[in-house]
Parts: sequence; structure tokens; C-alpha cells
Amino acid sequence: MYLLRDATATMVGFARTLRAAGVDAGPERVQAMLAALDHLDVLDVHDVYWAGRLTLCGSEDDISRYDQAFAAYFTGERPPPMRSRPPAVQIVQQVASPDGQGDTGEGEETETQALATASDVEVLRERDVTHLSSVERDEVRRLLALLDTGRAMRRSRRFAAAHHGRLDPGRTVRATLRRGGETSRLYHRAHRQRPRRVVLLVDISGSMAPYADALLRLAHAVVRSQPRRTEVFSIGTRLTRLTPELRHRDAETAMAAASHAIPDWSGGTRLGEELKEFLDRWGQRGMARGGIVVIASDGWERGDAMLLGEQMVRLHRLAHRVVWANPHKAQPGYQPLTAGMQAALPSIDDFVEGHSLGSLEYLAGVICRA
Amino acid sequence: MGGLDRTVGQSNLRVVTETGWLSTLAVDTPDKLAERLGEHAYLADEGLATACFLALRMHRPLFLEGEAGVGKTSLATALADVLDAPLIRLQCYEGLDATQALYDWDFPRQLLHLRAAEAAGVTDVQRIEAELYDRRFLVARPLLQALETTPSVLLIDEVDRADDEFEAFLLEVLSDFTISVPELGTIRAEVPPVVVVTSNRTREVHDALKRRCLYHWLEHPSFEREVAIIGRRLPDATQRLAEQVARAAQALRAEDLLKPPGVAESLDWTEALVALGARELDPDLAAVTLGAVLKYREDQERARGRGLAAFVGPDGG
Repeated sequence: MYLLRDATATMVGFARTLRAAGVDAGPERVQAMLAALDHLDVLDVHDVYWAGRLTLCGSEDDISRYDQAFAAYFTGERPPPMRSRPPAVQIVQQVASPDGQGDTGEGEETETQALATASDVEVLRERDVTHLSSVERDEVRRLLALLDTGRAMRRSRRFAAAHHGRLDPGRTVRATLRRGGETSRLYHRAHRQRPRRVVLLVDISGSMAPYADALLRLAHAVVRSQPRRTEVFSIGTRLTRLTPELRHRDAETAMAAASHAIPDWSGGTRLGEELKEFLDRWGQRGMARGGIVVIASDGWERGDAMLLGEQMVRLHRLAHRVVWANPHKAQPGYQPLTAGMQAALPSIDDFVEGHSLGSLEYLAGVICRA
Repeated sequence: MGGLDRTVGQSNLRVVTETGWLSTLAVDTPDKLAERLGEHAYLADEGLATACFLALRMHRPLFLEGEAGVGKTSLATALADVLDAPLIRLQCYEGLDATQALYDWDFPRQLLHLRAAEAAGVTDVQRIEAELYDRRFLVARPLLQALETTPSVLLIDEVDRADDEFEAFLLEVLSDFTISVPELGTIRAEVPPVVVVTSNRTREVHDALKRRCLYHWLEHPSFEREVAIIGRRLPDATQRLAEQVARAAQALRAEDLLKPPGVAESLDWTEALVALGARELDPDLAAVTLGAVLKYREDQERARGRGLAAFVGPDGG
């Protein structure tokens, strides 16, 4: 009895360590772990390891964290230090309301007053997002948060009732049954329409840092309009899945969570390798199949451009449509000369800009019309 | 109300635990279960054996993820063999709905019944209606079949292919092992079936479903285990051939391929080689049978480019 109580306390403490390491080991899982230990030997380290791993982990990513936490907790081994460097780009800022003139603060310049009229919005629409004053930037953010992206549809396997199309035997017979065996009319069905999956890969490397905020906000708008059918990843030196973070309705909360989740802000770019990792882990298994894949990057490839070219061909074969948004494309006289862009171009269906509010809206349109 | 249901469910579960599977099998540790699986040509490592053991003991579904071809589906077959229970398989696909997974009414038969009653001159409307929604007109689909068959092993294959709406009602069935048919009432499993859920991770399965389950990530087997698996599954293969194929498969996995070969591919390859009468593997034989192990043109080119001899060295590495 004493032992049991002791073991429970130990295991609950372990679950707490695990949560601190980033594994979502909630109370229900902890209870399952204790129940599992009931059937195994509490004093056998293998049994304890497996009882915990089978019940507390929920994905492949959890397992390495689990292994580290297990080693740290039960053998006193120090885990490697967690990331403590704050994100290089400060994303969360208090949004000044564009119509509330009074709250913009005492120290602000007076040019901040006049943003509400429609023509100003038009001008703002064409401005490069890196050339905005702080109030203009807030206004762009507000407009991006309001952006309603439509959805591209595809034909589903599933049927739905329709006025014409194939005969619907089930409904026809059911109606006949209801009328005591008299067939009075034939019912029809047709394939349903379902939204296509959209995947956004946003480059957050150093050369793209000025645009990363706006692009992630666009990604948030797309996620919000179609939460179950959109996936967002950041690419830089590592591939990070941001979908869960961006599912939050509030743009600021979502952006704060996303910026916290990205470990490699403003680093280099290894587009080819990242794209390969995406395709290996997610894309080929189904996420990219028949979907719309948007890559937002300037194509500055630090690694091997050949690899990027190969992976783009692979992506193009899987996806319904490949869209590339390059903010530098808007600069006068821009030519896609970087090795990465050159390698990627043959596999791109839509090559768009993405530097200003207007071009981001256009990008959203491309996504939903694809 | 919900709380009350839950307690009823749990007390039911307790009874089941006492008369559970494992006592009849005389299996009281994961090792013994691994032995029994081994008798049916499935070699499970410590983690997988513990996972199965807990799944049987705790009546929790087993959620398996891992690369294609590491033996997720064949585990369900092996468990069915060990328990001497029928395997009921639900292959998930997009658009799978309740009428294909749970139950459906047999409309044509109901209609025939109605016509027959009419012809016989039955005028009691109440009676006819009651008869129409009888159990015999209900077509059981895999989930209902599994609840009604005791014992049984239910395999829910590639759950990530189904829509997320499907997960929601799967969750309902797997939580308390009941299905309610509005016209008939609630159908409850006497003994919950052993449930194996597999996923290839084409999308993230909802956490609520995973929380109900024991989660296990299946790795490719070690060299020794793979040799043993090939030897057990294909007794016609020579020990040397099994070792060479396993070593080549391990080397190919370390290579950067679109689809690294799983155990399923190693077995296919060995089978192909045995069919050709090979007693050992050499680069020429490997070249003509490469399609059994690498199924992408790019992968085959890559392997050929590296020289097949690198994978199937005559000395065996």
C-alpha cells in the first residue's frame, strides 16, 4: 500500500516533468498510465517506461521528448538545454485602433491620424509592407485579419441529394416505403463538392523576415476560414508545423503562439531540404495530394538548388496546384535569377508577388480560385 | 446523466476484466504474449508486446502509427490468430459514413416484406411497422459486427483517410462500445472487441481519439529481428538469403529514398527470390528483382546509381 502511494506520487511528478518538456500529458492520460501500471511491474524500469510511453505520448514527436524526460527524471541525466532565445521578430504589439484617434498616445507623430478614409486604404494596399509606419502596419494587420479567403472546391466521392444526376436508390425506396409501397417520384443524387486542402509553407529566414509577419497573418486568415483543411508550416533551417498555433481565432494570440513555436527565426534557408522533409513526412502521405500548396519565399537557397528543383518536381506531381509567392518579385526590373528560383520555376503554376496588402489579397484569390 | 452512464460502463468493464481474454490464454506478462504472437509468426519486440498486453488487459484500443510496411495491419491478424477470434476489418476512406461503418437498413427486403404482408392481406398497420424495423432487416457493418461478435478483433485501418467527422462518432463507439439504433435501441458489446487502429499520418488524428487509445509508434525492426521475421514467415528461404535481404533492406533504409522498404517489402523480395530458386543474393539477382523492394523509379535509379553491389556485397558486409 505504501509502495503504491509512493509510486503514484512519483509517476504524477514524472507527468509534470513531461508536460514541462512540451508533451500534452493531461490528467486523462496520467490516469491511463496509472491504470496501465496496475497491470505491470512498477519496479521494472522497462515496464514503467512502456506504461508511460504508451499512454502519455500522442505522436512521433512526443517520443524523443519522452525519452529525454524519462532519462532526466529516473536516472538524473540532464536533458540538453531547451531553447531560451526569444524570437528575433517581435510580433505581438498593441494594435492602435485606426478610428480611435485619441488612444494613439501622446508621443506619436500627428501623421498617424488620417488612416480611415477609403482612398487611404487604396494607397496602403499597394505599399510594400516593409515601408509602413507603425500605425499603417497596424491598419494592414487589421485588414488582413478581416480578410475572408474563399475556398477552392473539388468533387468528393460522397453523394448528396440533387435535382438531377444519378438515381438515388436509398431515398427512392425509403420514400416508397413511407407511401406504403407506392413509387410516386424518383430521387437523384450527385457528387458533393468539398473544399480542397491548402498547405502554406512560409519562409521565415533572415532575407524574408520583413515579410514574415504579413505572410503569417495571411496564413492565419486562411486557417480561420477553413480550419480543418489548411496546414501551415514555417521553413527556414527547420520545418515547423504551425497549424495548431494558428487555429486560435484571435490574430494576436495566434501570432504570439506561432512566433513562440518557431525555433529558427531569421536564420538561413535550406529550402530544398525543408521541402523534402515536408514531402517525406506529410506531403507524400496525403497532405499535398490534390491540394493547393503555397510557398512564400524569395528563393534564396543556401543549400543545393538541384535538390530544390527535384523536390519541386515531386511536389508538382502530388499537388493540384503549386503557387509561389515572392515579395521581391514586385521590385521593378525583378528577374527570377537566384539559383533556387531558377530551379523551382518550371514546377510552379502561379508565380505571384506578396509584398503588399493588395498582393496578399490577390494571393488569397489565387488560392480560392485554384 | 453522462456521469451515470459512465459509471455503469465502468462497472461493466470491471466484470469483463475479470473474465477477460488473458486469463483464458494463461498470459500474465507481456513476454508471454510475445511468445504466443511468435507462435503465429508475428515477432513483437518488448514495446509492442507491452502495448498489446495492456490493450487486452485494459480494454483500450491500440493506436498504431509508423512507416508503411512495418507490420501494423498484420499485428491485427496475428492478434486474431492468438485469440482465435474473427478479424473484422474496416478500411477507412474519405467519405466513409455511418451507413458503411455502423449499420444500414435493408430497404429492398423491407419493401418485399411489405408487399408480402399486403398480399397476405395483413391489415394490422402497427404490427407491420413493428416488423419492418426488426433486427433481421438491419445490415451490420464492421463496427456493429464487431460489437455483436464475441470475441472479435476489430481492425480500423488507415483512420487518417476518413474525414474528421468520422473520428467523432468512432470516438463514441470506442468509448463505451455501444451503438444506438433509433428504431431498435442500444446495442452493447458483451465483451468489448480488441481494437487496433492504424494511421499513416496523412493528417493529424484528433487528440481526443488518441487519448482513448494506447499510442504506439512502430519502428523498422533491428537486423536480427528482421532476419528472424523472414525466417519465420518464409521457411523456404535459406538463412543466408534471409540475412542478405535483411542487411540490404537495412542499408536501403539508411539511403535517402522516397519510400524506404518496410518489412513487407523485405518479405516480398525474399519471396520473389525464393520463387526464382535463389539460395543467396547477388547483384544480378538483385537487379532483376529490384521492383519487389523499391517501388519508385527514382529510388531504383538511385540504388542502381550507387551500385547494387554496395547493398548486396558477396561477403554480406
